[in-house]
Amino acid sequence: MSMTESTYRIQGATGEWEVVIGLEVHAQITSNAKLFSGAATDFGAEPNTQVSLVDAAMPGMLPTLNGECVRQAVRTGLAINAKINKYSRFDRKNYFYADLPQGYQISQLYHPIVGEGVIQISLDDKDPDAHGKAIGVERIHIEQDAGKLMHDQHPTMSYVDLNRCGVALMEIVSMPDMASPKEAAAYVRKLRSILRYVGSCDGNMEQGSMRADVNVSVRKPGDELGIRTETKNVNSMRFIQQVIEYEAQRQVDVIEDGGTIVQETRLFDTEKGETRSMRSKEDAHDYRYFPDPDLLPLELEDDFIFDCKASLPELPDEKRARYKTVLGLSAYNAAVLTAEHETAIWFEELLDTTDKPEKIASSAANWMMSELFGALNNMGKSIEESPVSPAEAAELLGLIADGTISGKIAKQVFEIMLETGDGAAKIVEEKGLKQESDTGAIEKVIAEVIAANEDKVEQYRGGKDKLFGFFVGQTMKAMQGKANPQVVNELLKQKLG
Amino acid sequence: MSVDKETVQKIANLSRIAITDEECEHFVPELNQILGWVEQLSEVDCSNVEPMTAVIPNKLRLRADEVTDGDKRDKVLANAPVAEHGFFAVPKVIE
Repeated sequence: MSMTESTYRIQGATGEWEVVIGLEVHAQITSNAKLFSGAATDFGAEPNTQVSLVDAAMPGMLPTLNGECVRQAVRTGLAINAKINKYSRFDRKNYFYADLPQGYQISQLYHPIVGEGVIQISLDDKDPDAHGKAIGVERIHIEQDAGKLMHDQHPTMSYVDLNRCGVALMEIVSMPDMASPKEAAAYVRKLRSILRYVGSCDGNMEQGSMRADVNVSVRKPGDELGIRTETKNVNSMRFIQQVIEYEAQRQVDVIEDGGTIVQETRLFDTEKGETRSMRSKEDAHDYRYFPDPDLLPLELEDDFIFDCKASLPELPDEKRARYKTVLGLSAYNAAVLTAEHETAIWFEELLDTTDKPEKIASSAANWMMSELFGALNNMGKSIEESPVSPAEAAELLGLIADGTISGKIAKQVFEIMLETGDGAAKIVEEKGLKQESDTGAIEKVIAEVIAANEDKVEQYRGGKDKLFGFFVGQTMKAMQGKANPQVVNELLKQKLG
Repeated sequence: MSVDKETVQKIANLSRIAITDEECEHFVPELNQILGWVEQLSEVDCSNVEPMTAVIPNKLRLRADEVTDGDKRDKVLANAPVAEHGFFAVPKVIE
């Protein structure tokens, strides 16, 4: 995979500036219960109904670690080829805030569970391998989420809901390896895809299952790293890119006006599209971390790690490579069909209807991308909600492949399938849409067309080649589109000669 | 290692403990005495000793991923100075 030099630059008064970006992604681990308590994690429950006395930090309550959260973090680490630390430990990160009743967050500062890994990103889906870049992951650690504050319900009070408090998060910390908003978005997209394949996080950014702290600094090309700012809790792909664009430009302006960048925490105002300093957090970096005395070190056995590895599905990069080499798909089709796990599953269920998947793979891929995706998009449905199943699609594609219907008729049949839920063969039979390949019947129609258009036949024979399309059209029209187009072409060429 | 008046004020502030200047004057030598006492421990060479994390050999046990708790809002909110509509209500904190 080749590395491409990023060309993203900020044009300043003193010349060009490079942007250096690192992301800390907080991904909610998919689990039934919280990281250290038995309370549920469902989204959207009534306030404070999914809170145990552990989460509410009542005196004397002790944390006990949820094994599934450990397993999912290890599986995620293995999916990005990261080092798994068989010894890790939990630390207390101390700060006061109304959404954190313990007064500290249990996290892993000194000994994270996952060490260095790597994520391959693509900057162009048309040819991902030629436009790839490797983004380093420094570490992944496990930690607790905080509660939720609501400020708009009361004139002088803030409301606190602790349902989210204590839910397990993975913090996935990248190296400062990204150089443009586009690269950062590609990284988050790829990370989200991997997490969803692994099943360790649902990747739902609207519900806050994934959010990013965006670290940005600027420098003149070739210079040392500049001082960075960290913009907290950015919760969409678009906002991440906006933060980088805004922050990079702001920093260049400050430096070129003779100022200096202060290392600080900033907030993104989604309405104004601006970042601003969070002054209240000035002291906040003094977290006075220390090992949590309530929790023993977490030691992993080889068997446990082996089982985690064995449970991983085929991951998007491997799958994409296989679709290209084994199934013969184009680079673009392979990239599109593997980006979301559900799409790949659907595609593979379709292929599973035959003994020779490589024979139908390309036509199935093209059909999915042109017909199915378009239809689902119009209906506002995801692929999992598709009214047509992979087996039903295979039946339709089979009718095209064996010449029963043309590609054009197949579009009609598919529309009827979506409306009625009927199978393709049944529709073709009932509506009489079967393609006419019988040369005798087609010849008869061609003879009529020629007889009715003698002037055009003369012109065609006189060199007006473009008229060929006219004869094809007339013949197809006379046969209600059901004639086999290949046979029509061949016979017309003979007759018009 | 020792602390000055400024450090003591900062720690107090981070811990949300209000102390007067007078109290601070008093805490500085007291904390320094404690730190000095703890520092004596570094005279022992323990560079080859594994940190002890528990007094009895024990392993961190993992819990099954089952919902066994929650659904006790009244108990959770029982000690809250103010609770409204099922929420804790606190003086407005907004960025």
